[in-house]
Amino acid sequence: MSGFFDIPSDLQHSWLGLVGLHLREALLPVLAGLVVSLPLAQLCVRLRWLYPPVLWVTTVLYAIPSLAFFVLLIDYTGQTELTVMIPLTVYSLVVLVPAIVDGVRSVPQETLAAATAMGFGPVRRYFQVQLPIAVPAVIAGLRVATVSSISLVSVGALIGNQGALGNLINDANIYNRPELAVNAVLSMAALAILADVLLVAVRLLLTPWMPRAGRRKQPADVPDPATAALEDAVR
Amino acid sequence: MFGVLIRIDSVTKRYPDGTVAVDRLSLDIPDRSITVLVGPSGCGKTTTLRMINRMVEPTEGTILLDGKDVTQQPVNTLRRSMGYVIQNAGLFQHRTILDNIATVPRLLGWGKDRARGRARELMERVGLDAALAKRYPYQLSGGQQQRVGVARALAADPPVLLMDEPFSAVDPVVRKGLQDELLRIQAELGKTIVFVTHDIDEAVKLGTMVAVLRTGGRLAQYAPPAELLSAPADAFVEDFLGADRGIRRLSFFPATDLALLTTPIVAVDATAEQIAARATGETPYLLVTGLDGRPLGWSAPHELTAGSIDPGRLLSHGRPFVPGTDSLRAALDCAVLSPTGWAVAVGADGRVTGVVSQQTIAEAIRGAHAAVPADAPAAAPPSLSKGGPSDAKVAG
Repeated sequence: MSGFFDIPSDLQHSWLGLVGLHLREALLPVLAGLVVSLPLAQLCVRLRWLYPPVLWVTTVLYAIPSLAFFVLLIDYTGQTELTVMIPLTVYSLVVLVPAIVDGVRSVPQETLAAATAMGFGPVRRYFQVQLPIAVPAVIAGLRVATVSSISLVSVGALIGNQGALGNLINDANIYNRPELAVNAVLSMAALAILADVLLVAVRLLLTPWMPRAGRRKQPADVPDPATAALEDAVR
Repeated sequence: MFGVLIRIDSVTKRYPDGTVAVDRLSLDIPDRSITVLVGPSGCGKTTTLRMINRMVEPTEGTILLDGKDVTQQPVNTLRRSMGYVIQNAGLFQHRTILDNIATVPRLLGWGKDRARGRARELMERVGLDAALAKRYPYQLSGGQQQRVGVARALAADPPVLLMDEPFSAVDPVVRKGLQDELLRIQAELGKTIVFVTHDIDEAVKLGTMVAVLRTGGRLAQYAPPAELLSAPADAFVEDFLGADRGIRRLSFFPATDLALLTTPIVAVDATAEQIAARATGETPYLLVTGLDGRPLGWSAPHELTAGSIDPGRLLSHGRPFVPGTDSLRAALDCAVLSPTGWAVAVGADGRVTGVVSQQTIAEAIRGAHAAVPADAPAAAPPSLSKGGPSDAKVAG
């Protein structure tokens, strides 16, 4: 009886090797999606009329089954990781573009007006004010895109073992080793949870300026003695 | 008032849909003073303010800053030379208080340490505790945030400060504190401040000059506040000023010259002889003071028993006024609120300096009006009525 982590040799990887492969195939598309989404979203913010059609196109692209994508791409990119990663990149847009647009739009009007009035040019204003304030929304989008990407990589098994951990499901069938399928599902779930936790940590790190749930009430509501004394002194 | 710093010269702002926000507006904004633009919503006051730093470009007319057309210099250089304070402060929520204040110096290329050093200075200047430096905006109250907004606008020491309804979103008590603070800062730094508000009381309190705008962006009147109150240009301005402008105008007359009566005052430990000597019949009441000289309350002389005066049974003395710093409005208010009809005057230390009747105050008002005809500008020194520190103390 083979062990839980004994991977059939046709996959040419150890379990850890598959995990690494899986992460690469899942995360590179999200990264690429982010690189495409940022300018696209900014365009949608600046040109309001562009947003509905962009949203429509990303949604339609998301509705195309990955198998159809593979059929289209396989002539150009062959049975490679790239063939798997291109559709995943396209899928990530449906989450990332609206997340970034909403995030950038959520910056209060006063903040924007103040930035303009202080002499921020449009580029500086975007990078130093709008984007940092949009970070929570962007990361919320990244969390959804990442988790879904991690699970979607497994369809790569359809084009000849390009599905990383997903290939194990195929092999479970071929070799009649159901524990491989269990391994695949559990490993992918663990990766997804881990990635999500990491993204939450990144957000906490990047946004010390956000009110934290569960913290003591803000001084705005319940003034601490020092601020109360200060306010009194001023009156 | 010194020279003219900002000249708005027949400026019109017309939007593509035909709306006219500002209509041939001309204003000379004096150097080192507070000029208030006031009017109902839709009168173009914010648009006018935003044309000064070119956040809105005029359709016609020119705006001169220190003699130079504002369109003749790079827009961001222009904006960095003008502080801007906005309603709700508009702070950068992702930056600490210190870094918020250091924003413009950083934009001007100052090093981080120098900019932060300057920011610390300003926190002190606007009355913010240094302990707040490392906090984020969400951790501050509305009033504190607005102080940060003022500090941020002052950071690069710009000659001009543009303020767009900066205090309208905070509660009245905090607002009064912020207004007093602004007047203090203005007195210390001598900035040219253009201040937009829809609150005529705020305009009268803060303005060296007040421009009243009417809907459609036309200038209704441009005058010092005392003149506005004594001689409104037309029915619109009169209406906008509200019903009690006569009373409010009194805040431009000092209470310094009121004849104070010192006879009807006894200390709480007065002997029967002292009480008898003080009850001259000039007033039906005697004011009882504590041993520290502060007022306790009024009483009819025959109800006072030497040696056993009970402060709890005295009639309230109302809110005393300070003749040196308060106006006739404050004195009249004291007299009207006092159950005896007499106002109590105290020194800056809170000790009673005398009492004065409604009649005496009324005579002083007539005298003041006679000295300044109602249809001429009342040239009262604004410092008197501008909510000095004494005002703030009594209110707190």
